[in-house]
Amino acid sequence: MIRFAERRPIWSAIIVLAVAVLLWLIFAPWPQGLIDVIGRKKIFLNALFNGITLGALYFLVASGFTLIFGLMKNVNLAHGSLYMLGGYLGYEVADATGYWLLSFVVAFVVVGALGVLLQVAVFRRMEGQDLKQTLVTIGISIVIADIMLWIWGGDFYTIQTPTWLSGPMELPLITGVSRRTGEFIYLKYPIVRLAILAAAIAIGIAMWLALNRTRIGMLVRAGVDDRDMLSATGVRIQRVFVLVFAFGAGLAGVAGVIGGTFQSVAPGEDIRFLLASLVVVIVGGMGSIPGAALGAVLIGLAEQFGSVYAPTYAVVLTFLIMVIVLAFRPQGLISVERR
Amino acid sequence: MALAERNTTGRDISSGAWWDVTRIPLSFWVGAVVLLILPLIAGDFILRQIITYAMILGMISLSLMFLAGYGNMVSLAQMTIAGVSAYMVAIFGTSAVDTISLGWPWWAAALAGIIIATIFGTLTGAIAVRTEGIYTIMITLAIAAGMFYLVRQNYTLFNGFSGMNQVGGPQFWGINWRDPVPLYFVTTVCAVCAYYGVIYVSRSPFGLALQGVRDNARRMGALGFNVTAHRIAAYAFASFIAGVAGVLLVWLNGQVSPGTIGVGPAIDILIIAVVGGLAHPIGPFLGAILYVLLRTFAIDVLVALGLGGERFQLLIGLGFLLVVFFSSDGILGLWKRFRERGNRDPLTGENRDA
Repeated sequence: MIRFAERRPIWSAIIVLAVAVLLWLIFAPWPQGLIDVIGRKKIFLNALFNGITLGALYFLVASGFTLIFGLMKNVNLAHGSLYMLGGYLGYEVADATGYWLLSFVVAFVVVGALGVLLQVAVFRRMEGQDLKQTLVTIGISIVIADIMLWIWGGDFYTIQTPTWLSGPMELPLITGVSRRTGEFIYLKYPIVRLAILAAAIAIGIAMWLALNRTRIGMLVRAGVDDRDMLSATGVRIQRVFVLVFAFGAGLAGVAGVIGGTFQSVAPGEDIRFLLASLVVVIVGGMGSIPGAALGAVLIGLAEQFGSVYAPTYAVVLTFLIMVIVLAFRPQGLISVERR
Repeated sequence: MALAERNTTGRDISSGAWWDVTRIPLSFWVGAVVLLILPLIAGDFILRQIITYAMILGMISLSLMFLAGYGNMVSLAQMTIAGVSAYMVAIFGTSAVDTISLGWPWWAAALAGIIIATIFGTLTGAIAVRTEGIYTIMITLAIAAGMFYLVRQNYTLFNGFSGMNQVGGPQFWGINWRDPVPLYFVTTVCAVCAYYGVIYVSRSPFGLALQGVRDNARRMGALGFNVTAHRIAAYAFASFIAGVAGVLLVWLNGQVSPGTIGVGPAIDILIIAVVGGLAHPIGPFLGAILYVLLRTFAIDVLVALGLGGERFQLLIGLGFLLVVFFSSDGILGLWKRFRERGNRDPLTGENRDA
């Protein structure tokens, strides 16, 4: 960090300034002049928090995608379908049993098992044929999407938030000053979204620890770097593949339950989240977990701020980020060194 | 994955001058006659909804086949490029949404559509060629989906969810060119031109260099070829074909909406190209005919089997999976295999020609 500051003093100054401005925007009550220019602070803070929680959701979907891609060089275009299947399963379980947390377990296990099935029955047969694998995943996603449409129809499903997580929570962030009493008004934000944000951060940290501190994580990282050499050292790489595929798919299923809780599940969501994962990993750097986190937060924020401040061009903003990243850093913001 | 034929100039071209009609193979004559007399045999519905539509889809798939087969760049943005062209025809020409449409004459609108689509496709290519292989699929898919969400959200330029309808087509010489038979001939001329255009370009120095880039980009770079420029130029050429097809598509349907350029249709184009075969420009047209036939009549078949007509997408997906699993070259690959089997000597198991 210090070395970075020494090498690029202007850039570090800009970054420090930007962070300072952002912190001021978040914590300080806004003067009237600023409110006249960009609207009320409450809208800004809501967009910020929505963006970050949406980013958390994107991170859960995209991290599985990027892990599978990084290790197996397999662009799993059926990843969005796995997400949506998780959402539907979560809805069914939560609706039938009333236990919200149980739906996560079921979604993780069932979607993960489907991932294992895909890896063993499909991808193992065509190892090394990238294009063919991708085409097959397109076919699978079409088939899964249509079967889900068959079973669940075109309706919107929203998973009921459990009572202990419903309702808003007051955060120590000032949104404005009350005209009558002169007291500060604090931001109220849904607890469930904060819980999901916390869970996503916890999963992210757990994943980082598992990748960097455990033996299996070591195998995965070695596999990302050089698959052939790893299998030459006697590691049963197919088992690692199955494990990673199951974990990535299961994560997509869990993300589906989360997405079904604070948004809804409906046909078309699979493509939306596939697109989100694609953009996130392209922006963040393919095969990198920190990259997925950074990309997810960036895209989530861009989408929310875009839809608040420039509604008709919100998607263009997301897209613009991708194009700019591709133009200047085609390997992504945080890239994995690969030869 | 080297998809397209490598030896394209194997035919004997030494005898006779270029105007000597006997040099044209018999199959070409048969094809030309069939295409000419089709309007006499087929009814309006078949002509319009099956043959013309298949040819337009075939042209869009052809542009994908050109990129994938000769350049090894699988672009999922081809339908989007055609859609941009269609939208531009609706925006510059006439449509029911007269607050947006500028009301230019049809030829100006069509020209503007093709030019803008070509520019859009070239820019897409310029972004996509920064990466290779499967990354290209991801990026072009992201571009296609981004464009879809843009046209769906944007009401000032693209009229949002409902899109543009009652788009005007060309009318001159007392003919409404959107009628089935005239439109069929216009489409046929365009499709045949595109088909031979792709064959011609693939045999030109540019096309050969592009195939060299496909097979070994680094070596071509070392030989002094500008790899990136060749790839972008390939995108430009493919976008031009897709743009022309987009104009025809909007003339055929009379409307264009976000559903026209969604991710589903973009993937359908890939399916058509892969199922038809990426080895030869005829493949996309075969695939398109098959796709349109399935799309039109699968419902009847499904209902007869007691499955409900809406499971059409399932059928397409399963069929696509089967083709990808068992034949990497689609229908063309099957045909080639069939012919080789017929040619095989029963004793040695080798080809008789060889």
